Amino acid sequence: METARLEALLERLQTTKSIDELQVWAHELRDFFGVTHVFYHTASLKSEQVGAFTYSLEWARHYIDKDYRSIDPVVLGAQRRFHPMDWKTLDWSSPAARAMMREAMAHGLGNQGWSVPIWGPHGEFALFCLNHTTDDASWETFTRKNGKDILVVSHLMHEQAMRIINKEMDEPTAELSPRERETLTQLSLGQSRAEVADALQISENTLRAYIDSARHKLGALNVTHAVALALARGIIVPTGALPKY
Amino acid sequence: MIRFVYADQLSLYPLLADSMFKDRAAQFRDRLDWEVTVDENGWEVDEYDRLNPLYIIWENAEGRHGGSVRIMPTVGRIMTNEHFLDLTGGVTIRSPLIWECTRFCLAPDAPVGVAAALLAAGVELGLRFGLEQALGVIYAKTIPIYRRIGSVPEIIGMKGEGADRIAVGLWPVSVEARAEISRKAGIPLSVIARWFDASFPARIAEERLAA
Repeated sequence: METARLEALLERLQTTKSIDELQVWAHELRDFFGVTHVFYHTASLKSEQVGAFTYSLEWARHYIDKDYRSIDPVVLGAQRRFHPMDWKTLDWSSPAARAMMREAMAHGLGNQGWSVPIWGPHGEFALFCLNHTTDDASWETFTRKNGKDILVVSHLMHEQAMRIINKEMDEPTAELSPRERETLTQLSLGQSRAEVADALQISENTLRAYIDSARHKLGALNVTHAVALALARGIIVPTGALPKY
Repeated sequence: MIRFVYADQLSLYPLLADSMFKDRAAQFRDRLDWEVTVDENGWEVDEYDRLNPLYIIWENAEGRHGGSVRIMPTVGRIMTNEHFLDLTGGVTIRSPLIWECTRFCLAPDAPVGVAAALLAAGVELGLRFGLEQALGVIYAKTIPIYRRIGSVPEIIGMKGEGADRIAVGLWPVSVEARAEISRKAGIPLSVIARWFDASFPARIAEERLAA
């Protein structure tokens, strides 16, 4: 089951305690998507850059030495944007940029890429990329099929990186509002979305937004996963059971 | 036609930008009497316009603004979470699958159909980028307009009285929602797709990357 594997991977993500561990996790994510490389970088956060990537250290060093950040269309293209983008829609008109791409490929990077610019509530910026070696048609099929998962996963990886950087080692729990807890509790009792919406006197669309916000805060892939995580962490308690002490 | 323009690209369309911010002043300050800031150019600009949002803009035949809406991701700073938390049951809406739409504005002389075109373009944008919902802050009295267009928001909460009543709502981003707006407004799906394709760059061929 693809979904179950990704759910397990996201639960593993929340156990990473350092950027080194996040780097290991990036390799697991690469294997899950079956792509050539995965990378995640923050942009000068607390005046230091943090990254977790699967490409060689040699390429990472070379990239920094050559200051490719200042000409890389992947970085330049994402910096002022917030929509996911295919690398081939970027501006590769500069010969220097194309030369850099050829070098990257000589270092084992693939010819295709997909970037997700990530913006936080305090204006922080990070970039998540999948890189792969394949033809255009296959890549388009892949990104179309996985676009939503990539969007979700990239933001959860960013949330985890933020927790590591800010040294917040507890699993995410505190942010859930009473309304979100109530929603998850009702769902955990096996009620349908329509029934929960009815009980809480909100529309199903509103319920979806509450669930999706809670899912994001819990680091879950989907609703079922969010309910399972909330139960496992004692954020919600199944009726009849004793509260956890 | 519809253009999707990030704030830092507005300088490429000076007339469009100028008329958009002036029409926003005309709508929000003059007609609706909101407490908004209008600068020395006569532009209604707020703090969120400085965060490089994406605008969906209807451009008329003279290159002027016919209507617009401002888009921002809910994982970043948004108006709903910073000013209208009392309207969401205290829930901070934050998800990479939900984007916020604010400052929905129509030019005083906007022809029928501009509002529908903006909504259709919004749903197209969301579908292309894998989103599930749009979050919006609107005037409660405009809800019937959305309903007529075929894009029915679910209202999370409202506050204020009479003409000043403000609502926070959610719009579905779905193939069905797009089809409904397209059908009611008589805008072919192919036209909606073309607006998007004209604004966001297409993929280049492999040979050009390797050249």
